[in-house]
Amino acid sequence: MQSETKSRVDQLTSPAGHPVSVLRFEGDIASTSKDAVLGAYQALPKGKVELVLLDFTKVDYINSSGIALVIQLLMEAANAGQKVYAFGLSAHFTKVFTMVGITKYAGLFPGQAEALAAL
Amino acid sequence: MSEIKTTTVEVRLPSRMGFEKVAMSTASAVAKLMGFPDDRVEDLKTAVAEACINAIEHGNRLNDKLSVGVVLSAGEDSLEVKVIDDGKGMTKQPAKPDIDRKMHGEEDPRGMGMFLIQALVDEAEWVAGSGGKSSYVRLVIRLDKDAE
Repeated sequence: MQSETKSRVDQLTSPAGHPVSVLRFEGDIASTSKDAVLGAYQALPKGKVELVLLDFTKVDYINSSGIALVIQLLMEAANAGQKVYAFGLSAHFTKVFTMVGITKYAGLFPGQAEALAAL
Repeated sequence: MSEIKTTTVEVRLPSRMGFEKVAMSTASAVAKLMGFPDDRVEDLKTAVAEACINAIEHGNRLNDKLSVGVVLSAGEDSLEVKVIDDGKGMTKQPAKPDIDRKMHGEEDPRGMGMFLIQALVDEAEWVAGSGGKSSYVRLVIRLDKDAE
């Protein structure tokens, strides 16, 4: 019943010339999404990635277990000295991410263009 | 005293992760029929989902032989949702999640469900059932929240 989470990685360059790894998620982000969220992050080339952008544009449903996976990703990124940003969250999930404090560790942007422009 | 009409909708869910979305859809449909604005419907959907996940995972411990009851009672200016399971109920309120402690590995990254429920609805109470059965969480959202 739990909808599958898909993820893929795009390598982009910000207008300022910084390489950015974009993790694009699709579907639900819930307890079953560990491979799609943490697995996709952990598969990024070690030592080469400094900026990570999370794309939630095609995500409809995130529950507290999914938020916990995002926090685990942020923990691992912080330990690796990487900066994480996110875009594409609905107004509701922007509010939820703010409520739980994720915005303290990951800047949120409305869309990819705004996020890249800030990096 | 005028009589307040209440309309009740009931859903029974299997204790399987993912079926909370059935309750979310039902709560959303009822709230929209009552005229709740979209942002409040989204708040309700997340609160109901988290209540159902807690009931499935912690109340009924994913036991497929047990079901989760969801009772939606639509009044004139508020919607009450009871999510009922066969667990012992909450004995204490968990601490408010602390993102700094979570980020430093001092607190489990999980454990935000009850916080989200309390933050997103106007009333939330956890009631332990007698004899360790039929415990429930009761949520209320009001149509005139901004007017208070």
